[in-house]
Amino acid sequence: MVPPSFYLILSAILFTLGAVGVLIRRNALVMFMAVELMLNAVNLTLITYSRLWEQVDGQVFVLLVMAVAAAEVAVGLAIVVALFRHKETADVDEQNLLKG
Amino acid sequence: MEMVLFFILAIVAVAAGVGVIAQRNAFKSALFLLVNFCCLAGLYLLQNAQFVALVQIIVYAGAVVVLFLFAVMLLGADRAEETPDLRRYQWIAGGLLGLLLLAGIVWALIPTQPETVAALARTDNVRQIGAALLTDFAVPFELTSVVLLVAIIGAVVLAKRRLES
Repeated sequence: MVPPSFYLILSAILFTLGAVGVLIRRNALVMFMAVELMLNAVNLTLITYSRLWEQVDGQVFVLLVMAVAAAEVAVGLAIVVALFRHKETADVDEQNLLKG
Repeated sequence: MEMVLFFILAIVAVAAGVGVIAQRNAFKSALFLLVNFCCLAGLYLLQNAQFVALVQIIVYAGAVVVLFLFAVMLLGADRAEETPDLRRYQWIAGGLLGLLLLAGIVWALIPTQPETVAALARTDNVRQIGAALLTDFAVPFELTSVVLLVAIIGAVVLAKRRLES
């Protein structure tokens, strides 16, 4: 019997890892992966509360989050590929012009 | 048993998360991300969310990670990597801010948690989710299709402009 607070603290750790990843990495692809880590941490929280309150709503939220995350990855990676073709680098510090 | 499984999955998930952000090579980061997603699917199973666990494997481990690997190999981003030494101060500042964030989240979580929860029961998880999706959440569910359509069109437009130039 695992207490729900364990899951919540694990989710907090994973969310923090994702946030730190966005802060310290400058490779656009790895930053995207860190964003995915954060989204998954939030999903774990939603599932935990869904179980805690014996409601299925949390799991429905998770499915919607997954759909949005999949769309975000498709568009985001298309943008990263376009940027890379333009500047020959995936380093976000090099992408410093709105109208490149 | 449940406790042992939880700790194994949790430790592997955190280790893989550290691997994602600490790994110099973007390709290996994506593989660590795959390990992390699989561990989270296991944790969902432990919490009686079977349908979400399967969707996690199919969508994240199946589609998202493959898309990441595809982009990494297309860009050759595993070769062109940032120089770590110039940004050491960034790692320190990011780590400190992360610790602060973690402390804040845990501090917000601690006081309100009920420690007892109903034991896992055999439920018709898929039936419940399906009923909720098509009754209470019908509008968000339909809007999801619009989001996906816009994403497809957006990706095609971004790729097409590149071909023309």
